[in-house]
Amino acid sequence: MYKYDVYDHQIVDERVAQYRDQVRRRLSDELTEDEFRPLRLQNGLYMQIHAYMLRIAVPYGLVSSAQMRMLAHIARKYDRGYGHFTTRQNLQFNWLKLEDTPDILADLATVEMHGIQTSGNCIRNITSDEYAGVAADEIIDPRPYAEILRQWSTFHPEFAFLPRKFKIAINGAAEDRAAIAVHDIGLSVLKNEQGEIGFRVLVGGGTARTPIIASEICGFLPWQHVLTYIESIMRVYNQYGRRDNMYKSRIKILVKAIGIEEFRRQVEADWADIKNGPGTLTVEELNRVAAYFTAPAYETLPANDPGVASFKTENKAFANWLQRNVKPHKIPGYAVVVLSLKKTGIAPGDASAEQMDVVADLADRFSFGELRVTHKQNLVLADVKQSELINLWKESAEHGMASPNIGLLTDIICCPGADFCTLAFARSIPLAKMIAERFDNLDFLHDIGEIELNMSGCVNACGHNHIGHIGVIGVDKKDGGEWYQVSVGGAQGNDAVIGKIIGPSFNFQQMPEVIDRLLQVYMRERIEEELFIDTARRIGMTPFKEYVYATPINAEDTVDKSAYGFISKPDNYTVQRKSRF
Amino acid sequence: MIIKNKAVVSDDWIVLRLSENETPESVTVPAGKIIVPLKVWQAQRANLQSRAELGVWLASNERPEELKGEVVKFNVIAVDFPKFADGRGYSIAYNLRSRLGYVGELRAIGDVLRDQLFYMQRVGFDAFAPRPDKNIHDALKGLTDFSETYQISVDQKLPLFRRVQRDGITTAGSVNE
Repeated sequence: MYKYDVYDHQIVDERVAQYRDQVRRRLSDELTEDEFRPLRLQNGLYMQIHAYMLRIAVPYGLVSSAQMRMLAHIARKYDRGYGHFTTRQNLQFNWLKLEDTPDILADLATVEMHGIQTSGNCIRNITSDEYAGVAADEIIDPRPYAEILRQWSTFHPEFAFLPRKFKIAINGAAEDRAAIAVHDIGLSVLKNEQGEIGFRVLVGGGTARTPIIASEICGFLPWQHVLTYIESIMRVYNQYGRRDNMYKSRIKILVKAIGIEEFRRQVEADWADIKNGPGTLTVEELNRVAAYFTAPAYETLPANDPGVASFKTENKAFANWLQRNVKPHKIPGYAVVVLSLKKTGIAPGDASAEQMDVVADLADRFSFGELRVTHKQNLVLADVKQSELINLWKESAEHGMASPNIGLLTDIICCPGADFCTLAFARSIPLAKMIAERFDNLDFLHDIGEIELNMSGCVNACGHNHIGHIGVIGVDKKDGGEWYQVSVGGAQGNDAVIGKIIGPSFNFQQMPEVIDRLLQVYMRERIEEELFIDTARRIGMTPFKEYVYATPINAEDTVDKSAYGFISKPDNYTVQRKSRF
Repeated sequence: MIIKNKAVVSDDWIVLRLSENETPESVTVPAGKIIVPLKVWQAQRANLQSRAELGVWLASNERPEELKGEVVKFNVIAVDFPKFADGRGYSIAYNLRSRLGYVGELRAIGDVLRDQLFYMQRVGFDAFAPRPDKNIHDALKGLTDFSETYQISVDQKLPLFRRVQRDGITTAGSVNE
């Protein structure tokens, strides 16, 4: 993976010093909270319900064992012994003190990590395919470009105070695993007929209040031009994006308002005089960065390990894990292993300090010292010898990270929700736990097969609900209670589509039954090997809607809520919305 | 006092802001070193252009192209930041410097704070009028937060990767995995 040179170190170290002084000025009241807020947000620091939350950038999801150990150290020393991996491949600590944050960032800088631009109205951490470099369907490894874009966007002076946040995702494989169609800019690396490398550039996608699939602004942009072309997109957005209403300030609203043709015309007009200018990427720089992402020293191995084949027939649990959590690798004899952070009873994406240390050791022993964070909030060891799979399975199971549920119903994508976040209307983590417990039956889960259940506590849609096969979102109701709207038929990937809302919202207690009824419709209607999403696409939303609302669902509070509460709530719990951020 | 060319200096320019009952056509522009709103310049160009010293300022929602071909007429062009989080002024400055050929004093006015100065200087501002309630000597420190930058802008025509020999994996010599 990429390693900082003297310049990268200098910039991050100077950032720590700058931030340390900003905190000093805030604590001495030289800065008001209003003045400090954008400064801390651009360093990933939020004021949450209970404490400060720090979001640490994991560039394109790649993390080394040394970095993971530092995260474990920070979890122990400054937090409550755990962290939360997010849908944007980052890591969040939830229980920090403001005074500690400069030291935390200084600790992070020693392992080439930071919180730069993980929040605020600027270009955020760039996300990519968690299987980059090892996927069999990869056309071009997107990681060198992601790193080059990371550096280009870091402290870009013109684009630090955009109308709203700005997210770029990049994919380099036939299958889109980076959800590029729901990003402000989505890049897809491809080769043209002449074998030249370039990008298909999408713009104006997103979820939240106005879910929109991105439009193509450029079908083939030669790779040398990626920085200047994005600069022009940013400049048009910075000048013309709406600033009067934060709900209409993302680039998708601008693109929709003036149309993709007019938007393209403006971008190309701006680009005309910087195209081929000094900002153009050079082959030397691409090669310098790409050299950090060359393949590790793979051994020559048989395509299939006989030990795995025989153990699988005698151990059902291992076979299940193999089926769900182990993915094909482009090199014979190797495998990609997903460590599940979705054990029933644990908040999706949470990892304890102990687990972080364990995965760092597993990475060192089984996968060249590297890990990836996935946008589905799991961890990946990308280069595991098949002959090590049995050992890896046993050890990860001992530490609660071998739930054989990757891609299944309990592999829920989930935002922090109202337990932590001041924006949320409703809790999402306890709901995820309640649903996971209701369906905690392996045979049933495997029978349902691949399905994506995505949940968000509010309209900001951090849990990617719009593109979940089943999407759940907390909605704002005047009574202050927790209400959830349900959508069906959303999807990410190459055929990305926004799911359709099935009808009026449900309360917390009703939700597991709602999910159950949706699954019953699928099982009744499915044809042979059809997946949930395929059935939903074929039969449409109506049969789901009719069945779910056919008979009343008991809304009585018969469940002991405290059993599901991550933080104990009073009996008359209602969501307290505080000021934003 | 303002910050100009990285130092705190005295300043005798006056920024003219219209009150509610004034119009660009009717407002009286006092004698002396006045920075007038773009709309006043456009409404009273015939009278104003004979002045020996004149400045103009742009609001964040105004287009710098309005001054195309005219930038040489001004001793100072200012860009107003109504709120520091309104980042349009950065692109206005970039366009004035890079596309409209303006080489004179470019001044940031309005909600101008220490922690924005480094970015402002990069997109071409060389003068800053920090908010009056803030210590200007403290604000000056904001210009030196960073000593290196990755990307091109007005102050730096070459990206880091064209300017210096950066260490790669073959030359780093310290890759000890």
